[in-house]
Amino acid sequence: MSPAQHIENFLQLLTAGLLTGAIYGLMCVGLSVIFGVMRVINFAQGEFMMLGMYFAYYIFGSIAGYMVFGDLVAPFVAALAVGPAVFLVGLVVHKGLVSQVTGISGSALEAEGHYAQLILTLGISLILANGGLIVFGSAPVSISTPLSSTPWVVGPLYGEDILLFINQGQTIAALVAVGVVVAFAALMANSRPGRALRAAADNPVAAVYMGIDVDRAYRIAFGFGVGITAIGGGLLASTNPFQPYVGIDYVIVMYAGVVLGGLGSLRGAFLGGLTIGLVQQLSALFLPNQLQNTAIFVCFLLIVLLRPQGLFGRAARRA
Amino acid sequence: MSRTGRHWPWIAAFALAYGALALFVDNQYYQLIMTVVLVWAVMGLAWNLLSGYSGLISFGHAAFFGLGAYFVALIQLTWGISPWYGIPLAALLGGVAGLVVGVPTFRLRGHYFALAMLAYPLALLYVFEWLGYQEVAVPMVRDAPAAYMQFDDGRVYILIGLGFVVASMLITRLVERSRFGMCLLAIKQDETAAEAAGIDTLAWKLRAIVLSGAMAATIGGFYAVVQLVVTPLSVFGVLVSAQALIVAMFGGVGTVWGPVIGAVTLVPLSAWLDAEFAERLPGIQGVIYGVAIVAVVMLAPEGLFWKVRDIVRRRRAASARTESATAATPAAATRADGFRVADVRAGRTVLTVNGLSKSFGGLRAVDAVSLEVRQGEIVGIIGPNGAGKTTLFNLLNGFIAPDAGEVLLDGQSILGKAPNRICRGGVGRTFQIVKPFRRMSIADNVVIGAYVNAGSDDDARALATAAIAAVGLGDAAESIAGSVSNEQLRLMELARALASRPSILLLDEIFAGLAGAEVERLMQVIRGLAALGITIVIIEHTMQAMVQLVDRFIVLDHGAVLAAGSPGAVTRDPAVIEAYLGRKWLEDA
Repeated sequence: MSPAQHIENFLQLLTAGLLTGAIYGLMCVGLSVIFGVMRVINFAQGEFMMLGMYFAYYIFGSIAGYMVFGDLVAPFVAALAVGPAVFLVGLVVHKGLVSQVTGISGSALEAEGHYAQLILTLGISLILANGGLIVFGSAPVSISTPLSSTPWVVGPLYGEDILLFINQGQTIAALVAVGVVVAFAALMANSRPGRALRAAADNPVAAVYMGIDVDRAYRIAFGFGVGITAIGGGLLASTNPFQPYVGIDYVIVMYAGVVLGGLGSLRGAFLGGLTIGLVQQLSALFLPNQLQNTAIFVCFLLIVLLRPQGLFGRAARRA
Repeated sequence: MSRTGRHWPWIAAFALAYGALALFVDNQYYQLIMTVVLVWAVMGLAWNLLSGYSGLISFGHAAFFGLGAYFVALIQLTWGISPWYGIPLAALLGGVAGLVVGVPTFRLRGHYFALAMLAYPLALLYVFEWLGYQEVAVPMVRDAPAAYMQFDDGRVYILIGLGFVVASMLITRLVERSRFGMCLLAIKQDETAAEAAGIDTLAWKLRAIVLSGAMAATIGGFYAVVQLVVTPLSVFGVLVSAQALIVAMFGGVGTVWGPVIGAVTLVPLSAWLDAEFAERLPGIQGVIYGVAIVAVVMLAPEGLFWKVRDIVRRRRAASARTESATAATPAAATRADGFRVADVRAGRTVLTVNGLSKSFGGLRAVDAVSLEVRQGEIVGIIGPNGAGKTTLFNLLNGFIAPDAGEVLLDGQSILGKAPNRICRGGVGRTFQIVKPFRRMSIADNVVIGAYVNAGSDDDARALATAAIAAVGLGDAAESIAGSVSNEQLRLMELARALASRPSILLLDEIFAGLAGAEVERLMQVIRGLAALGITIVIIEHTMQAMVQLVDRFIVLDHGAVLAAGSPGAVTRDPAVIEAYLGRKWLEDA
């Protein structure tokens, strides 16, 4: 390859990394709400994302025909609509299952107790993934629109040598993701539920004394967390084909981002997710395509081993 | 746990019954199921050996299983090496993999450990796909099948699998009965306390993961032989790790029987569902496993084995309730002579601290502290809340590293040594907030402390018994630590520290929460220990009780030494009065 091709290749991967990274960032923000507020590892986060993908797929299928510019707008409307839907699923799952082993009552249990929720969410993840196989079938699907296969062409730059193709669907999805993150951050900073969540995260016992219903706050956090991640899934659905087992790969992506960003910081989680997107895409410069995910796993291991407090945020507790 | 119960007749009975049943099964499909049950039983036992006993949840046992499976399949495919050799070699490989995974990953605890473990098999899965091993078939050997572990009769596989199960159960049992298992249980309940009691927690965890990895790789190798085809998803997939965890959790963690019960129940169930409904409901097996875990976590978090055992015990206890509740008796230091410190030279300096400093952020918790403690002294370190007393202890027993200064024990620096090494060197400690191993008996708690300087497990038991007698806890020895009084817990911690045969004991607010008569008894015990030549350093923020007990006070305030001297002198020191009571009292004093 000529130098110009190298540069073109790099720029192409860089944009791809930023665009996927923005969506990963959104997914990480969702996870970080749960991880940061409840100190609960939600193993099933990837499966909630998978639900988001399928919900978006079906919503898109049912609304696209009825809308003006349906093909162009419907994927994003569908992705946003997924948020409230999965939020409700999250509330139910939390109320019925997760709250039984976590929260204010769970934290009083002895050391062994806190493994209960880890294993519980593993169970939920298995039920959702395999239940998904029964309901949705195993054949990979995706939301295909004209946008997802149409690039904007940038260039030629540097004389005639460099041409950049920027996928329109991905670009809009990334912008929507950033918008959702900003809106959620504003909600957390300024609204009453947001303040309750932050108080419950900081010191659940004190929050109870201040009259905050911490179990309710946890439930809402769980709903928000899975809902936001599901929007991320919905946005990915228009460019990436998926099947019911897709969740597990993204669980590592999300935890890598959250840990990288530092526990309990929304900004950190978003930047962490963005970085993971970049790592994933740019690893293609050195590694074969099949090993892109391995690069993320290795990256994740290095982060937790070397810098568990994260790169962008305050210290994460190891225990 | 039930250390005295005999398990091997039961294990033999199980093996005989299962083997006998196998002989009557002609149907090849049922034979395969019976073999696969055994594979998952061993996988569950492997997971249990690490996670069940030590409490460090692994989501990544598929890494070992998959390595074993691919190794056995590939060496036969490439070099024609028989699984009879391949499987033992796979065990070695699994052990090495355990070490490679354990060394970095054990720096993490709790959630982070579980997540990091998840990443290993997933990373390997993609690596094996990339290497082009999407589907590795074990070649059929026509001329000498038995030499390559290939049999027409599926029952032979059941018998071989049974051999692996029995071996794994016996290994688990050996671990459980020994120091190994006790140390893992201690780590599970309180890793900090275990480390302070002289247990090299990292070394035991590494041994556990090496053994566990070897077991998982062994059975992975056997799985390759049974299935004849190895794919990345079937051996590195999440379901593999999950299944190991599930059979163990379902049957019962921390016991030999749990994983076996889980595998015997769940594997046939899911196989039947799979056969019956897989056409219409392709993911039913995973759903069933998911429901099984959720149900177990909600209803019997420790698994079936413990649930049933608890019910049986409660029945028995209810029918034969006797008055056995006895309080701790005061010190009867009859057998305490074993703890006499060998090198008794009055006035010898045991502990020297020079310019020790530690800051947390901007706060100087310990600020250039220097002090000396001589053999056989009882020294009280006092100071208001937040004066840096506990931080000083944490520096002395190695929980945290100082920013500057040195700590000498018998003239040798202990800086940079792990807490368990420092304990081995003769520093015992108790905690401000008691750290018992709650699910163990008092006796077992103290045994944990005894390991560090005991040759054999029997020696440790003897030492523990003596230490318990020395603090006057003899009557409560068999009580479970989670159920005894605060006084008994304080005495238990003292006995646990004593059992390590310390030359110096660091007691962190040992009188906290005790009433007058209890304080009196405990002081009696402490004086008895000092009489044996054991040097004692006590932290306390109130002076009252201490005035009668100590030879010398060191007063800390804002991390620095404010005053030092005899109780009489220190209590009259204006600076001390000011620190404690404020300037106003100074004029009155």
